[in-house]
Amino acid sequence: MSIKFSEDHEWIEPQGDDLVVIGITDFAQEQLGDLVYVELPEVGDDCSKGENISVIESVKAASDLVAPVSGTIVEVNGRLEDEPELVTEDSMGEGWFIKVKLSSPKELDDLMDEASYKSFIEE
Amino acid sequence: MSVAKEINVTPLYQMHLDAGAKMVPFAGYEMPVSYPLGIKKEHTHAREKAGLFDVSHMGQIRLTGTNANKALEKLVPVDIIDLPLMKLRYALFTNESGGVMDDLMVTNLGEDGLFLVVNAACKDNDFEHLQKSIGDECKVEFIENLALLALQGPRAYEVLSEIEPSISEMTFMTAKQLKLNGIDCLITRSGYTGEDGFEISLPAESAQDFAKLLLQSKEVEWVGLGARDSLRLEAGLSLYGHELDNHHTPVESSLSWALSKVRRTGGARQGNYLGYDIVRSHLEKGVHSRIVGIQPEGKMPVRDGAVIEDELGNEVGLVTSGGFGPSVNRPVAIARLQQSCIEEGSKIFALVRDKKIAVEVVELPFVKHSYYRG
Repeated sequence: MSIKFSEDHEWIEPQGDDLVVIGITDFAQEQLGDLVYVELPEVGDDCSKGENISVIESVKAASDLVAPVSGTIVEVNGRLEDEPELVTEDSMGEGWFIKVKLSSPKELDDLMDEASYKSFIEE
Repeated sequence: MSVAKEINVTPLYQMHLDAGAKMVPFAGYEMPVSYPLGIKKEHTHAREKAGLFDVSHMGQIRLTGTNANKALEKLVPVDIIDLPLMKLRYALFTNESGGVMDDLMVTNLGEDGLFLVVNAACKDNDFEHLQKSIGDECKVEFIENLALLALQGPRAYEVLSEIEPSISEMTFMTAKQLKLNGIDCLITRSGYTGEDGFEISLPAESAQDFAKLLLQSKEVEWVGLGARDSLRLEAGLSLYGHELDNHHTPVESSLSWALSKVRRTGGARQGNYLGYDIVRSHLEKGVHSRIVGIQPEGKMPVRDGAVIEDELGNEVGLVTSGGFGPSVNRPVAIARLQQSCIEEGSKIFALVRDKKIAVEVVELPFVKHSYYRG
């Protein structure tokens, strides 16, 4: 299954076994400016779609990371705590935020594919 | 009266657009908050090399007439009469209750009068206040069609002296009227970043050419309002509307150092400014709360408006400015804090979202000032 995108500018990459990796898009990263701090959720926490699960602090302001899917957080990118600039440098790779075990895999169908996301940010 | 509020632009507006700046409305002006370099790198550039700031939105006011200095003393608790020729002094407009209406720089231009630089958001009020209070004692005028550029950082001197070698005579808080590249300028060795640097007031029509000339140097980069704020915060400098407002005296804003001795009780020209009685009582009896530096523990920024509590959960203060300091690489803040909590070792916390962040009262500034005093 291919990578998906949310209206809150997150990317969601399915990895099989109902596991997804979540991060923010390059567009989001550019809007935020230089990141200085990322507050990550705890491994084992449950999240439901639409819930604020993480805080991203840039030099300008604090923004929320909104869960694009529901499930259990199985891994967080601990490197971000010391190197928030990873998000700026490689938002779609090294700058990933969390891995989630989906509780309702069907939620993925509500997300955008790459082409739809591209036209969404051009609006 | 017009209802629609028009948005102004500075003479450098087109250059900001061409440089790829993110523009935001600020104090009625469309201003650059950052450039493609980004706030963090712009900040570092001003600390390490030379940052160029467009501050043309600020108000440039001239007072002329033989009694201008005496008249201005009625509105500021600062020594203006003995301000030497071509020197600057930091001053504050107080109101009747001793609160601060604005902070400003005053330069003595001799026969050309007093030159005032005031905050953009306050400039219309300031002008009205001056006109109403001392307009019959001296001539008060906005100097129109001027731009104001600030060149700040350890390389500022080098860059500017290549254009005009005579600036080598200038020390911190002095001024000079001269021709830079054939343009009539008023240049002061001052700024609001904590670094050595200059502010250059020049005709609007020459501003773009002069900015381009400065930007030809590889030491110079545009710096926007975002980094201007983090630079002044690290330098522990007050910002109107944050550390300074109508409801707090200079003493409560920890600006007692700006109250000239000669204007204080016992001085040759004591008092005789708005709010003197209250300011005097604050100086003599102390204040309930005042502005202090705050060092948050950990890496999470503590921002303006965060409440400060003591161990028992009592509200004891409020963060007036806060964010991330790129040069110190950690969060930094300034707060208005109850006097009883200012002692060393007092356990206090800032509330950020639902978390309590331990904070410590520290001496300002966070980054040492590097002014050139000769």
